[in-house]
Amino acid sequence: MRDVKPGLTVIVKTVNRLILWMIFLYGIYIILHGHLSPGGGFGGGVVLALGFLGVLLAYGRGFSLNWLRLGTLRDLEYSAPLLFLGFGLAGMAWGGAFLANFLSKGKLFALLSSGVILPLNIVIGLKVGLSLFLVVLALAEFDPSQGDDE
Amino acid sequence: MPVETWLIFLLGFMILGSIVALEIRDILSSIVAVGVVGLALSIAFLFLQAPDLAVVQFLFEIFALIILVCAFVRKEFHALEPARASRWIFGFTLIGLAAILALSLKVFRLLPAFGRPLMEVSRHYLEHAAAETGAANVVTAVILDYRAFDTLGEITVLLTAILGTLTVLRTRARSGKGGDR
Repeated sequence: MRDVKPGLTVIVKTVNRLILWMIFLYGIYIILHGHLSPGGGFGGGVVLALGFLGVLLAYGRGFSLNWLRLGTLRDLEYSAPLLFLGFGLAGMAWGGAFLANFLSKGKLFALLSSGVILPLNIVIGLKVGLSLFLVVLALAEFDPSQGDDE
Repeated sequence: MPVETWLIFLLGFMILGSIVALEIRDILSSIVAVGVVGLALSIAFLFLQAPDLAVVQFLFEIFALIILVCAFVRKEFHALEPARASRWIFGFTLIGLAAILALSLKVFRLLPAFGRPLMEVSRHYLEHAAAETGAANVVTAVILDYRAFDTLGEITVLLTAILGTLTVLRTRARSGKGGDR
């Protein structure tokens, strides 16, 4: 509402503001429950990317880039495979093989179970969500009709 | 009705959608046709009792639709020239495929007969996944425990794709507008 010019109408912005955290919550839920129910890192990551995409479409590019800190997002996105590799090497150190499941298995159907699968799901969700969002951002970069020029 | 009837119906629908997407001139209609194919694939996954794949396919289809509409619906892209591959390229592709097939015949002979050790690995996963990995969802157990190395490869592919996209689009944006973000 502060900047009227870029983005869509105030109705879209208000609805987006109300619904955005529910989208993120849903994505995080899907990622965290990947070892219990259908979904997992890939699906939850796409939900997160769709949430970011909603911000981008509703508020325009300039506002979103101010709000999101693009450099941090990109660093997180690039470091996700390194985190995955780190878990693999940790499995080598403590479990005996690359990507071995070295954490405690826990109880079946508990949220904190299945050892290394849960953190790997989180890493994949981060990676997929951020990289899809970065693709959208890059495609919107040289679009003359979308958002204002910074 | 059995599942196969629904699947055949869906497959026919998808083939029709693909042909429409290829042949139609307007790019927005083409994008919508591609989206229809993807959504039909997601429903087909549901019929085949693979909710994990159906969820990912459905979400990604929505995402891809938005990306394609954002990226390609512009004035200069609206009327597409029908691409005409040269006869040389076609011939070379055909010869290359034939050579690959001829060279891989030996490999095919080494493989076990089709479906011979029936569901051996899959049965092991189904019976032991919960006890060995502690994950209630067997699909996740396979993706992130038994075949986690494969998932590492997928992540690397994704990273390479993102790097390539950012590189290409950054240079185009820089040369086009002169602005560096």
